[in-house]
Amino acid sequence: MRNAYIDALYELAGSDERILALVADNGAIVYDKFRAAYPARFINFGIAEANMVSVAAGLASCGKVPFAYTIASFLTMRAFEQIRNDVCMQRMNVKLVGIGSGFVYSNLGPTHHATIDMSIMRPLPGMTVFSPCGPLESKKITKEAARIDGPVYIRLSVGGSPEIYESDYEFEMGRGVTLRDGGDAAIFTTGSITAEVMKAHAELQARGIHARVINIHTIKPIDEEIIIEGAENTGAVITVEEHSIIGGLGSAVAEVLAEHGIRTKFKRIGLNGVFAEGYGTYDDVKALNGLSAGDIVRETVGCLNRK
Amino acid sequence: MSETAIDFLIDKAEAIRRSIFKIICDGGGGHIPASLSIVEILVALYYKYLNITSKTIGDPDRDRFILSKGHSCVSLYAVLADLAFFDKSALSTFGKSGTILGGHPDMHKIPGVEASTGALGHGFPFGAGAALAGKLDSKNYRVVVLMGDGECQEGTVWEAAMFAAQHKLDNLCAIIDYNQFQAMDTLQSIVSVSPLADKWQAFGWHVREVDGHNIWQLTEALAALPFQQGLPSMIIANTIKGKGVSFMENSAIWHYRMPTEAEMRVACEELKIEELKIEE
Repeated sequence: MRNAYIDALYELAGSDERILALVADNGAIVYDKFRAAYPARFINFGIAEANMVSVAAGLASCGKVPFAYTIASFLTMRAFEQIRNDVCMQRMNVKLVGIGSGFVYSNLGPTHHATIDMSIMRPLPGMTVFSPCGPLESKKITKEAARIDGPVYIRLSVGGSPEIYESDYEFEMGRGVTLRDGGDAAIFTTGSITAEVMKAHAELQARGIHARVINIHTIKPIDEEIIIEGAENTGAVITVEEHSIIGGLGSAVAEVLAEHGIRTKFKRIGLNGVFAEGYGTYDDVKALNGLSAGDIVRETVGCLNRK
Repeated sequence: MSETAIDFLIDKAEAIRRSIFKIICDGGGGHIPASLSIVEILVALYYKYLNITSKTIGDPDRDRFILSKGHSCVSLYAVLADLAFFDKSALSTFGKSGTILGGHPDMHKIPGVEASTGALGHGFPFGAGAALAGKLDSKNYRVVVLMGDGECQEGTVWEAAMFAAQHKLDNLCAIIDYNQFQAMDTLQSIVSVSPLADKWQAFGWHVREVDGHNIWQLTEALAALPFQQGLPSMIIANTIKGKGVSFMENSAIWHYRMPTEAEMRVACEELKIEELKIEE
């Protein structure tokens, strides 16, 4: 996802001189091509995320379109007040790009995990929140972000994420994507955990449970229609996110269901008010935190079997 | 500058000071001493230095002034109204339902306000961004940020200080309203920022100190900008919090407090206010 983002940014920069790449001492090699082509438009702030975001707002006030990029947990939390006051309150055209979504930096521990970033970006006035599931979607979302005149947060995993889509995938902002169809349950997913959900889908299928899988790449504004449709035409709604279940995708889906008075079996899968547990590989940490394909299968079956 | 020109600015500062007191008394609350502290600085900037008028709003080549210590906004409101950025009648709506003039400035509501400030340590890096954009686009506009001395306790001030020096932002001038007081007491007794000039020099800025109530010293310093090619400029303006109202001067309790009627009478006498009503 990271490389797809930077490729897209490089392409955008070629046709729009206003675009700047801002980093906070992050992205050593991946930005080489951008730096070589546009040295004056690559600005490294050092380890100073709050300053990066305020300066980005000042640059935007003079017509620049800065894409401020660093580790998602630092970007969204260290610089939160700068995002709220300098970017959102002043309605500045700043793009915030957080890498290391969820606990993809598994072995680095919770300081480097981004597991409440969606919860804190969603309520910000004027903020659009994207959570792509793979490289192609990351690229399309980056291009979309440049078309939006206003604050955007993009939540990226790192390198090596599997591709979810065929190359003819057409992205539409604010529209969920049905990746697999089925009538037994509707599983809503977002971000890099989608690959795990696809594995879970195959296992459920093997057990005779036909779930549909819906990718919500735009967390805000959320696609209400596809949520209502999924809830009304299947036996259960499941949400899966590599993130806290408080304030993220699960909460957003619950809000839609409750406000439309829809009664359904409902289960949010994710971190339940805890920091991600343990170290090891990304797969290890998924398993330690109830987010392996097997966990998703078990929880889905459990939800369907509820009285 | 001629003596008449200086006298004009001195008279202007006195008028702005009267205006501030009336606006806040009429509005029923505000940061009086912090607003009085920056009067001469704003007068030197708006009536002598900056190339901004009500006609240049939105002009990409205009100078930018950012009031990073947003709580001193009534001083800015008085100046902007005097220069017809908005109608003077708005001054009597300060702090009241439906007004554009709140306790901190809103760039989307008030013509001439470049940044919505209030939380401290934001306007300065925002201004550094505006200065960097000017450098990237080879524009000649200048960016001036006015911040508080207490504001220098915020870490982002020093992040931006390093950044501005690194990027040789000599189109950026920061002014510190060095009145030595913050909300609860003196900086010296809370968390001292002294020696302030040495700190900024060490961070790569060219520093000049002036008497922040002396129009001549202020205009002379501004005329000398940038103090050194390739370096951002710092003007440390030594000021008196509450300047012009004897019982408010250098007294922390007045940070956000309204005078009683008896106290108002004393202040009016000292500021030469005949009637507290705001002229329209």
